[in-house]
Amino acid sequence: MAENATKQYFTRMGDGYGIYMTEDEIRVDIRAGVEDAAVRGKIDPLTKEEIDRIYEIVTMSSGIVGVERGMEVVTTTDSGCHKFETKCGIPIERSVQAMVHERILGGDSVDLGNTDFNFKTSKGVANREAGILKSALDKTTFPILFGAMTNLGFYTKPDGPIENWAVLLPEGKIHEALAAQEEAIEHAVKDIVYVAEKMNEVGADGINMDTTGGAGDADWLAALKASEIISKKFPNMGIEMGMSSEFVIGMHGRLTYEGQRLAGLYPHQQVKVAEKAGVSIFGPVVNTNCSKSFPWNIARVCTFIKACSEAAVIPIHPNAGMGVCGIPMCDNVPTDIVSRADKCMIEICKIDGL
Amino acid sequence: MEAIHAVSAGMGGMRTAGDLVMRMQLNHKMRLNEAKSYVAEKLGVTIEQLCDVVEMTEVRENFGLGIPYCEPHTKMTVGVEAKFNIANKLNITINSIERFKRLANIE
Repeated sequence: MAENATKQYFTRMGDGYGIYMTEDEIRVDIRAGVEDAAVRGKIDPLTKEEIDRIYEIVTMSSGIVGVERGMEVVTTTDSGCHKFETKCGIPIERSVQAMVHERILGGDSVDLGNTDFNFKTSKGVANREAGILKSALDKTTFPILFGAMTNLGFYTKPDGPIENWAVLLPEGKIHEALAAQEEAIEHAVKDIVYVAEKMNEVGADGINMDTTGGAGDADWLAALKASEIISKKFPNMGIEMGMSSEFVIGMHGRLTYEGQRLAGLYPHQQVKVAEKAGVSIFGPVVNTNCSKSFPWNIARVCTFIKACSEAAVIPIHPNAGMGVCGIPMCDNVPTDIVSRADKCMIEICKIDGL
Repeated sequence: MEAIHAVSAGMGGMRTAGDLVMRMQLNHKMRLNEAKSYVAEKLGVTIEQLCDVVEMTEVRENFGLGIPYCEPHTKMTVGVEAKFNIANKLNITINSIERFKRLANIE
């Protein structure tokens, strides 16, 4: 008992830096993470068995851990087909990057998008992007989606035609700021649907709307409205919708979809709205707190994601990338933490993919 | 990032049946266990076999569903030809194959 009380286990902080923690410190952080999520989301906390399992996974001695045989999930990506070039400096054409994902990295699918990964940019070059996508579809066997972000802010001046609500709000021009967001939504929906149409024409397996809600509830509403149209007009294409944060920020505050106010929703509520909009795969997000430990962060993640998974009818693929769902906020993510985050979410939250 | 997810938690795509399970999720909104059961039944394998690379390589070769690498490469069923077989075997619609059939006047 005395030995266990002083034994130190290696783990990391939310910024990726390594630390050593005792059993007591880890268990305290896990309980605190669970409680934080349960209070904020008004959801059930994890059970004692689930909390103990998180502790076991966090303190496993190996570097990389894996899920048990038979519990493997499938993977989707965000901007999967341009990372070799934009992040690693390896100049590989995007349809070839898709082949690398398929035949070397063991991906179950990939998304392909413009290196300026948003729908406003993609709309201007949609036919040419569709050409690249078609080239990838001709060469590969696995599903390929066209991906981009809604990025409602790009529709504001000076980049777009709409008055900038981030400027109007501090000036006290509340009505003007709300009206600007509502106008931007309509522009974004048109662009997203136009891009989806072009990708459907070349046979895309799906559309990936990445980081939706990044500019708040108006940003998310644009994605929901576009999903509703795309699901009806192009039924052969699936729709993947990834969120940007665990909580929909009320930049507008009064927007609703099918009678549900969007501001303030947490993942277990967000997924029900996404289902109504015709989304096929929902990607919830829980933001990583850089000042807290991995045990704290992953316990909080599992509490939110378990509630989301229990509420969902459609598959959920939590966004397990830099700075979200327990993954540290650093460019070169540590494999020990990524594998532990995966194992925790799969075993405890019964997710359908990553 | 993608590599570590695939190693620690993923089905491995075409190494097993991950791409097939993915299609059932994306285009039919099936959750994981339902998607795995559907694909396993269509291929005549168990769920355990579905995630095994050695078993599934043989199954995929037999049905022409595509495998990620083999020697010689010319023997590989991949891309459009594999997707035709996938659509038939799983009884699903694949958007790019429907387009191919439309433009090539294949019924």
